[in-house]
Amino acid sequence: MPAQFLTNLFIAFLWMLLNDEDELRFSTFFAGYLVGIIIVFIMHRFFGTQFYLRRFFALLKLILIFIRELSSSSVFVIKHIVKKEVTIKPGIFYYKTELRGEWEVSLLALLLTLTPGSVVMEVTPEGDAFYVHAMDIAESRENLLRSLAKFERAIMEVLR
Amino acid sequence: MNGNGILEIIAAIFIFGGGVLSVLSALGLMRFPDIYTRNHAGTKSTTLAVLVTLTGVFMYFWIAEGYISVRLILGILFVFITAPTAGHIIVRAAYRSGVKVSDSTVEDELGPMLRKKEGEREGES
Repeated sequence: MPAQFLTNLFIAFLWMLLNDEDELRFSTFFAGYLVGIIIVFIMHRFFGTQFYLRRFFALLKLILIFIRELSSSSVFVIKHIVKKEVTIKPGIFYYKTELRGEWEVSLLALLLTLTPGSVVMEVTPEGDAFYVHAMDIAESRENLLRSLAKFERAIMEVLR
Repeated sequence: MNGNGILEIIAAIFIFGGGVLSVLSALGLMRFPDIYTRNHAGTKSTTLAVLVTLTGVFMYFWIAEGYISVRLILGILFVFITAPTAGHIIVRAAYRSGVKVSDSTVEDELGPMLRKKEGEREGES
């Protein structure tokens, strides 16, 4: 991985110098770095390791998934708020997660608590299961489980 | 109207949307039956409202003054770290100190677990 990073820096420097401007500009260097990312990505299999920005892209993907879930479930909550009568059926359910370790579990709990319509109420002492309070369990259980699985997969890609 | 004007209007729409979301979640805070569901309205929709508002403000400063405000992004980040923690702790404390869930609650898998643990502790002493 350091070899890939150094190659990328080298390409950026080369780009900046070959542009032959009056002074060394950071914006040119950055443009060269972006070009370098593409080149390193194309040839990363020759280094024999994974692409060094893979985690970064996985993180971007996780953020995008999170924003989508956030907006769709916010619409769900707001629909219930403006309804004429409150007809929600809340409930608490048990969810066993495949994730292990402090970072993964707390990241999942954070994301799950941030999306409207679900709060993590308890984490078991073993740290491998949640008790989740859902705002309308009758309607949204399937949705919730689906978004949980999506989050789990994305978190695994980032942290493993 | 030039491009900047249109983008400014989009930023204004973002800020307005954030305000509307805040009002709606305040409404939810009053309408929902018990503390757990109110917590959904109070903490969660508010995070979205803050996100949308600050994004709008960020866009406005970027377009109107050509100034990228890192502090606004840090604001979003810290709200996103602290809001769920607070929500989780409030709900957990409420449940542990025995606040009743509303009558419309259909299932509760946490209660039996806690009561069982309580029983074990009493059995030991």
